Amino acid sequence: MAAIEKKKSIHETTEDNIFNIVNLILLSIAFIVVLYPLIYILSSSFSSPQAVSSGRVVLWPVELSVRGYEEVFSHAAVLTGFKNTFFYTIVGTCINMVMTILAAYPLSRKTLPGRRVLNFLFMFTMIFNGGLIPAYILNTNLGLVNTRWVMVIPTALSVYNVTIARSFFQSSIPEEMIEAAQVDGASHFRIMVQLVLPLSKSVLAVLVLYYAVGHWNQYFQAFIYLSNRDLFPLQIVLRDILILNSMNNQITDPQLMAAKQGMADLIKYSLIVISTGPFMILYPFIAKHFVQGVMIGSVKG
Amino acid sequence: MAEATQSAPLTNRQLAMRSLKRRLRLDWQLYLIILLPLIWLIVFCYVPMYGVQIAFKKFQSSKGIFGSPWIGFENFTRFFNSYNFTKIIWNTISVSIYSLIAGFPFPIILAMLLNNCVYKTYKKIVQMVTYLPYFISTVVLVGMLVQFLSPRVGIINKILGIFGVPATDFMAMPSAFRHIYVWSGVWQGTGFGCVIYLAALAGIDPGLHEAAMIDGASRLQRMWHIDVPGILPTATILLIMNTGNVMNVGFEKVYLMQNTLNMDASEVISTYVYKVGLASAAADFSYSTAIGLFNSVINLVMISTVNAISNKLSDTSIW
Repeated sequence: MAAIEKKKSIHETTEDNIFNIVNLILLSIAFIVVLYPLIYILSSSFSSPQAVSSGRVVLWPVELSVRGYEEVFSHAAVLTGFKNTFFYTIVGTCINMVMTILAAYPLSRKTLPGRRVLNFLFMFTMIFNGGLIPAYILNTNLGLVNTRWVMVIPTALSVYNVTIARSFFQSSIPEEMIEAAQVDGASHFRIMVQLVLPLSKSVLAVLVLYYAVGHWNQYFQAFIYLSNRDLFPLQIVLRDILILNSMNNQITDPQLMAAKQGMADLIKYSLIVISTGPFMILYPFIAKHFVQGVMIGSVKG
Repeated sequence: MAEATQSAPLTNRQLAMRSLKRRLRLDWQLYLIILLPLIWLIVFCYVPMYGVQIAFKKFQSSKGIFGSPWIGFENFTRFFNSYNFTKIIWNTISVSIYSLIAGFPFPIILAMLLNNCVYKTYKKIVQMVTYLPYFISTVVLVGMLVQFLSPRVGIINKILGIFGVPATDFMAMPSAFRHIYVWSGVWQGTGFGCVIYLAALAGIDPGLHEAAMIDGASRLQRMWHIDVPGILPTATILLIMNTGNVMNVGFEKVYLMQNTLNMDASEVISTYVYKVGLASAAADFSYSTAIGLFNSVINLVMISTVNAISNKLSDTSIW
């Protein structure tokens, strides 16, 4: 690799220099286009309500304040939403991981009798499904509607993630190793737990993150199946505040309304930050694994 | 000596038999392991597929899925003849083809740019930042759109105001719906989508670049003649998968962006299925299922066709 780098510098011509400059400019445009809205929200959330409502925030926080955050954390529905979402994310991800491993390991073994049929059964669900109403009837019959379980059981497995784990088990763990363990008398269960899983930490980390993000951002299940406010996850609360609120602003007293409006906008920015922040902060630390996981899923899936 | 040669193959065969038995016993354990996911799959994926039959029935909850009377294709013809059929189909197809075309090149371009960036730290930072929007939930994304596009405080209207454009409520404009939907999707998905292409680019034999450099190829030439063919198979597969999903406009984002004013452009199949089946006062399970099934079948046909064509032309297939 070092040799290539050296050769590159030898061969840099004027044309290549222009190329590099154009490349850098285009990358910077992409960088700014993606980053600016994020910075804007972060800065707004730390500004004063007056600064937000008068539109004085451009890049950095104006009149630094944390009033939006104080307001958000005193909102009972937001706190309940957070609590519920934590529950759904942790319990849901645990169920997801157990189920994914239990499905992916047998499917990755070439000696599994009827492997092709089983693989097809799993894969087919990715291109065809019963649709909304049959699923709704099923969940009603199972008594899942309006319980916490509807958030974690119907979503217990993502077949796409199973294929990622399966491909990894197949390609990254030498067949000879598993055969050797079998000769030594290890059962499949033991091979899976003591041999395969410890060697698959990177892909497992990626799947945990995929599933956790999915549960954290889950909106559809709650929207369709939950009507009890005590069970609402964060995303439903977010929709009520971020989207529905903005649709019915009946302005009466302009001055009072302006002050209230400033606060309402500030709350929105703060909410966006605290609901999306955790994963964004976490991401740089696990970025390497994450990219690897996407590669496994894409190259061999 | 004679005895030994006679007994040797016997014990070998016995050994083979024993190991085969052991193998079978071992491999059936795999079924024990997969049992739980398999039950889940059957209950939560295949039972609803069985339930799809209510699309051909007049569903009565007292009689259940099995007991309801058959009515043939009545639900389908009712949908085809309904006054908003063309509008819904057009909205669904136009928004998804628009996303497909607009969303396809950007991840490829970004991956190429990143791959050819000479400053490694900058490359890492840009890649990380462009990836971040992936973590934003649909609800928050739509919330951001509402905020940014608001005629009152929205930054977009502020910027347009500088150029003398009067404040406009873009979220309430049917003509703006598609653009907002598609370009916010591009903003959110490009960084995530480019990782796949980066993987493909990383898989290209560095020897090709070396040889081209010795022959005096410029960076631009190498990008065009080595990188582009290198990621073509990946691009083809993704295009197949996306084309197969062309009728599958996700419910969440459209529904969240929907309001009474932009309904003319924003009513798509998935939102209509929800409204007919669950949200309406006179919920019609059978009719709603029929519309959903019509959608799924078209998808299935599309993905199979595109896959078959690509298989013929380029030997690239998803199965």
